[in-house]
This record gives sequence, C-alpha cells and structure tokens, in this order.
Amino acid sequence: MMETAGPFKNITFPTPKQIVYRKAKRHKGFLIGGTILLFIIFMAISAPILAPHDPYEQNLDTRLIVPVWHAEGTWNHILGTDNLGRDYLSRLMYGARISLLIGVAAMLISGVIGTILGVSAGYFGGRVDMIVSAIISIRLALPIMLVALAVVALVGGSLMIVVLVLGLMIWNRFALVMRASTQQLRSMDYVNAAKTSGCSTLRIILTEVMPNILNNLIVVATLEITRAILIEASLSFLGMGVQPPLPSWGLMVNEAKGFMLFSPWMIMIPGTAIFALVISINLLGDGVRDITAPEGR
Amino acid sequence: MLIYIGKRIVMALMVSVVVSFISFMILNLSGDPAIALAGADASPEEIQVIRVQYGLDRPVIVQYIEWIGRALQGNLGVSPYFNMPVKDLIGARIGVTLILGTCAFAFAILLAIPLGVVAAIRPNTWIDRTALTISVFGQALPNFFFGLLMIIFFGVILQWLPISGDDTWKHFIMPAVALGYYASPSLMRLTRTGMLEVLGSDYIRTARAKGLKTFSILFKHALRNAIIPVVSLGFVQFGYMLGGAFIIEYVFAINGIGFLAVQSIQRADLPVVQVIVLLLSVIYVSMTLVADIINAFLDPRIRAN
Repeated sequence: MMETAGPFKNITFPTPKQIVYRKAKRHKGFLIGGTILLFIIFMAISAPILAPHDPYEQNLDTRLIVPVWHAEGTWNHILGTDNLGRDYLSRLMYGARISLLIGVAAMLISGVIGTILGVSAGYFGGRVDMIVSAIISIRLALPIMLVALAVVALVGGSLMIVVLVLGLMIWNRFALVMRASTQQLRSMDYVNAAKTSGCSTLRIILTEVMPNILNNLIVVATLEITRAILIEASLSFLGMGVQPPLPSWGLMVNEAKGFMLFSPWMIMIPGTAIFALVISINLLGDGVRDITAPEGR
Repeated sequence: MLIYIGKRIVMALMVSVVVSFISFMILNLSGDPAIALAGADASPEEIQVIRVQYGLDRPVIVQYIEWIGRALQGNLGVSPYFNMPVKDLIGARIGVTLILGTCAFAFAILLAIPLGVVAAIRPNTWIDRTALTISVFGQALPNFFFGLLMIIFFGVILQWLPISGDDTWKHFIMPAVALGYYASPSLMRLTRTGMLEVLGSDYIRTARAKGLKTFSILFKHALRNAIIPVVSLGFVQFGYMLGGAFIIEYVFAINGIGFLAVQSIQRADLPVVQVIVLLLSVIYVSMTLVADIINAFLDPRIRAN
C-alpha cells in the first residue's frame, strides 16, 4: 500500500501489483484456464510416479478394454487400453509431456526469430521495415501446414525435427505483433532520452523497448504454444509427425481411427485432451492480456 | 487508384516468384527425389543413374529455373508415381477442393457475421457470451478431431450423413462445417469489434436522432462500414483455408488436391507436391491482392491515397 500525504492521508491506494492480483482473482477465464493447465502440467511432470502402467508395454490379453465408466470397465485400466493392450491413461499422461515440450520449444525458437525480425523492423523503420515486411508476406504466402508436413515426412519424423520445423516456420505472428508494438514505442520520450544520453541501440532495445512490449510478447507466446501444439497434433494425426510408439495425442487419435465404429472413446479421450490443453492456454493468454492491460481499456 | 492497384500487382508477382523459389528449395533439400524415383531398395549406383537421367545431379538453382520456366509455359511436369502429367492430376481434383473451400467459407460467413453483429448490438449479454464461447471453442478444437466427432455422431450413431467421399452434396456438409468453423472465430471477432466501433460513432447517433428505423441504421449505415475489414480478412481466410483443407480432405476421404498432396508426400512424389504448394501459394497471394483491391474500392480513404 502506498501512503499519500495531505488531507487524504488515511486513504491508501493499491499498488499496481495488487491491482493485477485483484483483477486476476476476478477473471474467470484466467482462473479456469490456469487450473486446467496446472493440472495437465502436474500430470505431465508426475507421469513416471502416478501413471498406473508402462505406457509402452503391450499386452495382447488386455486389448481394447473399455474405460471405467462403461459397464465392463475395470479400475485397473481407468481409461481402458488401446488395440495393443497399452494402458490409455498412462499413454495420455506421457503424451502431455510431448505436447507441452513441442509447444514450448517451438515457441521459443519462433519467438527468438520473430522478435528479432519484428523489433528491428519496428525500431529502425525505413528499409529494414520494408525488407522484414516482405519476408513476412512471403512467409504468409507459403501453405505452412502442408510445407511442414512435407518437410517432416521427407526428413523423417522425430521430436527434434518437428520442433525445429515448427519453430523455424511459424514466427509470423511474433514478427507482426512485435513490429507493431515497437513502432508505437519508437518515438516515445524515454527512448529519445536514452538516445540523446548516448546509449547504444542494443541497450535501448533491451532496456527501454523490450520491457514495454513484454506483455504483448507473453500473449503472443501463449497463442504460439497452442498453434505449435495443434500443428504437431495434426501432423501426428496424419501419421507423419511424431512416430510410434511415442504417445503423442495426435498419433493416438490416428491409431484409434480404425476403431472409430465400435470404440469411439479411443478418439474422444486424446482428442479432448488436445482440446483441453489448447483451450486452457488460450484462456490463460486472454486473461494475461486483460489483466495486464492498463485501467479503463 | 490505378497506381495503387498496379503496385499491389507487382508486389504480388514478386512474392509469388520468391515463394515458388523458397518452396522449391525447401522441398528439394528435405528429400532426395532420385531415391523416390528409383524405389526404396535401389542400389546407390541405380540411384546415381536415375539422378543423371532426370537431371537431378545439377545445382538446385538450375533445376529451379528450368522447372519454373516450364511451369510458366504450362508444363507442370510428370508424376513418376502415376506416370501422368501433374496438370491432369490436379485438374481432375481442383474442382472438388474449390467446392469444399467455397462451402466451408459460406458456412464460416453465415456463422460469423450474424453472431458478430448480434454480439455487438447486445454486448455483455448471454448472446455475446455465446458468440465468444463459440469462437473460443473454434480456436481450440483441432479440426481433424471436430471432423471425427461429427463422423461418429452424425455418420455412425444417427446415420444422417455419409462419412466419406465426395459424390453428392450431402458429402460436403460435415467437411465444410469442420473446415469453416475453424475460420469463423477471427471473422466473428472482427465483425463484433467493427460493429461496436461504428455503433459508437457520431453519424450513427445522428441517424438515431433523425429517427431512422433501427433496422436501417444497423444494416444500411453501420454494417456497411463495419464489414469492410471483414471482407478483406474473408478473402485472406479463404486462401488460408484452402492451404489447410488437406487435413479435412484426408479425414473425409475427399478427392481434392489436398488429399492428393498428403498421398503424394507419403509416396515421396515430389513433382506433384511442388506444384500443389505453388498453386496454394499463388491462390493465397491472389486472394490477398483481391482483398487489397476491394478494400481500396470500398474505403474512399484508401482510394484517395
């Protein structure tokens, strides 16, 4: 609490941190998204301890057991087993690791590329801006999902390749948002003050520009994590992303496709997991945007 | 105006050329076309023979110039897998993809614009929240999963709709919904923000003060202005949607160019993949060009510059 002098001595104003905290407590999307995401992260981290079975262990005697909410379900396999007798819950828990890993790693790579491009375009303007804008429109013109699919399939799908391809290809939103945010800051007084006091360009960007576009950066980062997760799921669903026997959720949907008629739950479970993860991160990102926005906007 | 359009066209052509070059390089560096041509169990000597025979031993740049030169003359090469001209393969399938894209786009518009308008007229009500929920779901639901859900529900359980193929109009309903839903959130949000902004403006207040009917204010005065950015985003989304249609075509076994692309990638049939990637890029670039031109026509402020 900040104390004020004068006749209003006894009134205390909340600090910015308290305002953010108060807004966060009231923001439903932020709370719901955060809870689901924390739950999924917890599952992913504690998979080796909590998973009831080995996610790779095949057992032909226990094939296609239905989940526990069906009449014939058993508590030994809460979410049932797949066509190779592998425990579905354990695979789901380990699968969370793959989605989270790919989402975060691809976002970090694309974030570095996109931020460098966007900030330099916004800060320097002129010819640099023209070149970066051209690079962005070229990138947008590529049917990126198809190109990513082709590259991953031709080079050979592995976790590393998927992360690299997604990270190197999907930086356009970072670049666009960072460019726009930096443009707004470029002619601010404090940037000019730093310039006149002789700071180097790099230092101005790192200490004057970056802290002020950090909020936007975080919002874009959450969006980009989900985009990477969705694209990985799609590639794996087509059988050309993460390769078996890894329990990628997209790959689990792919493997369940053949059993769609009689065991639709095999698709529903990993599909819902992807949906829940993506929606939780999106809600969290929207929440961060609302909460950190200045009062009255 | 003409200068503006001329500049845009030159830009679009330049982007297309660079994109064709980059996609050619990416695909050629990712996979070796010679191995695909020779078959999986060919010896290194056989692969070398094929490489020389098809001119694949020359620098990639030379190959690109030759490829793009032939493509500009209408010769899109031959698919080694089908042993047929790529042009015929694509010609036989592009119609289906365009039908799917158009239906999906129509669905996206029909979902997004009315909901966006209603949400803007009654902000922060249950209608607004429903619209928001629909758009939040649309952004989080993987479209292949949505397609499979519909197959399970409407195809298998209720048996209302056919689950694969492209023979009748009924075959296009579920794929169009699955593909279009994905494109609708951004259109809806843009319609809503645009409408909110316009409805708060002075000329709407004037129209209200004049005593015009609400209907006429909403549709003749407000929507016409709010829709301009939606129209241009719509064209861009259409181009983007065609680029991502291959997953839906794969789920519903629709014989369009997207499904062909997926199969060709599996067969390492690079000449086909190259042309489809190029085609989708050119469609996307043309769509953004159309969006820019329409924007200029509809918005006098751009026209004046």
